[in-house]
Amino acid sequence: MSEEGIEVPRALASGPSAFIPAKEMFTEGPNQDMLIESFLSLGRVDHLAMVMALHPSYLSCFLRTQHALFELDGPLPRDWRHYISIMAAARHHCSYMVQQHSMAFLEAGGEESWLSGLEHAPTKLRGLQTLNKLLAHRPWLITQQHIQELVCAGAEPRWSLAELIHAVILMAHTHSLCSFVWGCGLNPEPDHIGGHTFCPPSPSHIPHSPAHEDGRQELADGAVEVEVLMKRMVELQQQEEECTQEEMVTRFERERSESIPTAVVRGAPPELVLNLVEEPEFRYEDFAPRGEQSPPIMRAQDYSWEDHGFSLVQRLLPDMGQFLDEEFQVVSNLTYHRMAMHEGVDTYTLRKALWNYIHCLYGIRYDDYDYGSVNVLLERSLKVFVKTVACHPEQTTAHIYHDFWRHFRHSEKVHANLIVMEARLQAALLYTLRAITYYMR
Amino acid sequence: MEKMSRVTTALGSNSITGRTMFCHLDAPANAISVCRDATQVVVAGRNIFKIYALEEEQFVEKLNLRVGRKPSLNFSCADVMWHQMEENLLATAATNGAVVTWNLGKPSRNKQDQLFTEHKRTVNKVCFHPTEVYMLLSGSQDGFMKCFDLRKKESVSTFSGQSESVRDVQFSMKDYFTFAASFENGNVQLWDIRRPDRYERMFTAHTGPVFCCDWHPDDRGWLATGGRDKMVKVWDMTTNRAKEIYCVQTIASVARVKWRPERKFHLATCSMMVDHNIYVWDIRRPFIPFATFEEHKDVTTGIVWRHQHDPHYLLSGSKDSTLYQHMFKDATRPVDKANPEGLCFGLMGDLAFAVNESLISSDASRKPYPGGDRRYPFFSFKKANPTEQFAHVSSTLSVFETDLDSNCMDWFVKTAQLYLLSGKPFTELCDHNAKVAQELKRPQVSTTWTMLRIMFSEPAPGPNQNLSKLGSLPLMNSFSMKDLGSVMGPEGRLERHKGESRQDNIHLEPGNSHISNNNEENEETEGSDGPTEYMFGDAELDDDDLYPMEHENQAVPEEQVYTLPPEAFQLRHEIIDNPSAPEHLQQDKADSPHVSGNEAEVTCLTPIETVSLISISQPLYSPHLHGSFFCPIVREMLSHYAEQGDVQMAVSVLIVLGERIRKEIDDLTQEHWYMSYIDLLQRFELWNVSNEVIKLSTCSAITCLNQTSTTLHINCSNCKRPMSNKGWICDRCRQCASACAVCHHVVKGLFVWCQGCSHGGHLEHIMNWLKNNSHCPAGCGHMCEYT
Repeated sequence: MSEEGIEVPRALASGPSAFIPAKEMFTEGPNQDMLIESFLSLGRVDHLAMVMALHPSYLSCFLRTQHALFELDGPLPRDWRHYISIMAAARHHCSYMVQQHSMAFLEAGGEESWLSGLEHAPTKLRGLQTLNKLLAHRPWLITQQHIQELVCAGAEPRWSLAELIHAVILMAHTHSLCSFVWGCGLNPEPDHIGGHTFCPPSPSHIPHSPAHEDGRQELADGAVEVEVLMKRMVELQQQEEECTQEEMVTRFERERSESIPTAVVRGAPPELVLNLVEEPEFRYEDFAPRGEQSPPIMRAQDYSWEDHGFSLVQRLLPDMGQFLDEEFQVVSNLTYHRMAMHEGVDTYTLRKALWNYIHCLYGIRYDDYDYGSVNVLLERSLKVFVKTVACHPEQTTAHIYHDFWRHFRHSEKVHANLIVMEARLQAALLYTLRAITYYMR
Repeated sequence: MEKMSRVTTALGSNSITGRTMFCHLDAPANAISVCRDATQVVVAGRNIFKIYALEEEQFVEKLNLRVGRKPSLNFSCADVMWHQMEENLLATAATNGAVVTWNLGKPSRNKQDQLFTEHKRTVNKVCFHPTEVYMLLSGSQDGFMKCFDLRKKESVSTFSGQSESVRDVQFSMKDYFTFAASFENGNVQLWDIRRPDRYERMFTAHTGPVFCCDWHPDDRGWLATGGRDKMVKVWDMTTNRAKEIYCVQTIASVARVKWRPERKFHLATCSMMVDHNIYVWDIRRPFIPFATFEEHKDVTTGIVWRHQHDPHYLLSGSKDSTLYQHMFKDATRPVDKANPEGLCFGLMGDLAFAVNESLISSDASRKPYPGGDRRYPFFSFKKANPTEQFAHVSSTLSVFETDLDSNCMDWFVKTAQLYLLSGKPFTELCDHNAKVAQELKRPQVSTTWTMLRIMFSEPAPGPNQNLSKLGSLPLMNSFSMKDLGSVMGPEGRLERHKGESRQDNIHLEPGNSHISNNNEENEETEGSDGPTEYMFGDAELDDDDLYPMEHENQAVPEEQVYTLPPEAFQLRHEIIDNPSAPEHLQQDKADSPHVSGNEAEVTCLTPIETVSLISISQPLYSPHLHGSFFCPIVREMLSHYAEQGDVQMAVSVLIVLGERIRKEIDDLTQEHWYMSYIDLLQRFELWNVSNEVIKLSTCSAITCLNQTSTTLHINCSNCKRPMSNKGWICDRCRQCASACAVCHHVVKGLFVWCQGCSHGGHLEHIMNWLKNNSHCPAGCGHMCEYT
């Protein structure tokens, strides 16, 4: 083709992720079958699937959920589903997700003009803006009034509960997926803006990931850190309950209000995304900044996914509850019994700490969990990463990614990302589902 | 609700009196428990822990156990139980994993007695042994059950549920050593308290968590379980394998289940989500609750029968911060509201009718149905069971047999099959349908069709005018004629029309890039029903040239959508998975100028049969009397047919008239007609016709019927197992399913195979192969034959 004078674009990205060297991705052995299946069902293997394929058991249930959410029979038309996802992804300035869904949106027969700005979309869709905004950044503010505004008889155009719950799951799913996309530093697909170039490759430019190098620098003292972490995990498991109740509460408060600097200023998001966001300045704020009156925390025992959330979703959107339940279960049980260079490790406490820390950032408290162990197990650089990815995903940088767990495998870091993503999804869903339950009461 | 209803139940020496009453709590309750003599009740929740005395008229707060200025999480209770032997002893399960016992006999304000903090996670349930004073059992989210001896500081034994969360533990009422535990993964385990190493028995009771279980108070073998799957099941545990003997399906996940005292078959349930009522079921009548208490405004979290030998009082606590005492007398009885009449059609048109006997005897003057009325006595009398409190409704079953001939629906089937609804010009359709009706001896219908044709067809030359006259029709002359097109012979016009439409079709293709015209590709892909139709509908014609007569009528443009009958379509097309597509296509159809060239031509060509009618109508027909003039009449006529039960006629006319009438009839009615007709067609298994009707309908609600359940499940041809993959590779045998023997690609559409050697492949490939070869393409040596 180039002989005929047609410019052939060249893919810029040297692998699915900017953080993980492509070489490493494939030597770490993504499960071939999963990728084949994903290729057969989607017609392409996107970067997302490639990175997730580091954890094939998760990828398979993720694809199932994704398929059920976007393709199977449901109350919302297919183009709407993708548009809702676009709206959700735009909140996190995630042009990767926006472009992926824009393509799917057009394929589903969506109106092209909608993509140029929210004002072209139907009022009914625009009605989701507030919910989208809260769900993305401060889900604890969602109340039954928000639900009522959309659902009650006076609201025009009106959402049915089934449609609404479908939309909520789509939004929450996409928000948390944005966390994953940013957290793993996914490169744009070759057909995305910024994913290809028409410039010939400069001969001096040897594609390499500089970050990759500094990730391996301190291998020596890294080994010691792992030892320490493992020792702490074992200690925690054996430790007898010693502290008082007051101490427990204080520990939760401490984790919640610990100031983790996350505000790294980034360049303005691409135009493509900006048009699709209302109030782009609305961002995550600490659930309860120090010294301020905090909104009531949510007790995990009073509204849990297993007891309440599942039943509600299953009732309003049959089968969806099952898919989500499976996802949560796969993530919470996912382990390879290894940590960095050690094999046969029970990582339960570490995974639990991570999960509960994220819920803690969203103001969900487990009465039966000692938040002291979060402090013991999660090093500061990890907390910085987790908080950034969960709450301000668009501010994730390669530096933050490489700074924590320096001696861990990349697949383990992706695992951490999966936990962040699912914990975040569950937290957002719980708040919304609780509001819907109150509304239905 | 404050109904005054006193009941005194004699229970030996102490009698219980009371009425339906409630009191406000300060906070939502999580659980309640009652002391043995039924005089006090304890309410526990995250922010409440109080004891109320049950007095005759009201609840009286006796004691607040939640003391201290900043109560610790030990007071945040998930469950509470009052000891049934020792009236001063209570136990609570705290959300932070503590098990706490309380001694009401303590003189200090803080009644806390023992504190066990052995569980790592929330304790879901505590249970005292029914006869042993110091034995307490707990079940926790961390997957362990622990047995405590209250005289010791630590648990005496720990039972492991293999890290599956324990939702409920219950000591058996009769077997001293046995307890049951229910789990989040749907299992129920039976344990012997003396053997902490291993459960005695385990079975899967529900899909999803089992939230609760309860032993029958009298029958030692019965265990009731309730789960998130909205079921209550009763298990017989006396046999070797736990056997499900009763099952009640509720409308929401079951949070608590409690057997009703003194009533062997009754149990009470409440739900975890959405549903706020308390139901009492007779497990032998699983379809309708025996009694319902509807007082609570939020989910009920705790239910308990007030006294273990009194079935009339039920206490309940709820998230709406109220505590209720329900009198059984005041319960709603859903049975009373249920409809006791039943009506059903048999396969051959018989009608069975069951009704309360009292109703039918009063109607003695009833005339027997001519077709035959056999009255059956109610055949399956249940043995009157004194314990069963359901009202016995003795019903009479009448069966009305229909005379097979009189009610024969052959005409319906024939009509449905023979009617033409599309694919030909309007007049031809009418004529054809009129003929069909005539042949089936339905003159009225036949006449209707003829009338319709006359009303709505274009001004046409009389029957006696032959083709040669057509060029200079007097009628046409009265219109402003623009060009020579009209003087051209019909054949000429037709030629031109064809040419144009073909061109247009070619034009269309690039626009619809997803329409694959290539045969080979069509074989592979499965196409929407859209494209083919679309091409026909959109063939743009220059109306002005072809059809001068239309000119005056432009005000109300008639539009007719031509589609091929469904059989003519390629069987498989690409499924464009797009719910919005139908509307889109329809719109296109509606917007596109109709293909009326054909119509004009045919109008002229077709000899018109019903001479008499035409000869009358001819003089009446003025050029200005347009079809819309008749619309009100036609509308009434259609409604008349529909009401008469001939919805077939209504729908057929609706389709054939299309745009001419559609706007006149409101969408709901149309939809209703379509639905009824489609339903009828499907009952007669006229799938093709019903599909055609669905396609031709213009209601979006109907056309989308074709879009639902389009999933096709396939089995792998090698291992015969269902293909769970989305691709074409079976995950079990790792082979491509059903490969073509000629091209070795996967066959995704029609697969033809030889019945002799069972090899096969793409229909077309096999056809081509067998034109030149006589042996099987797979090389098995079989002489295949293609016929």
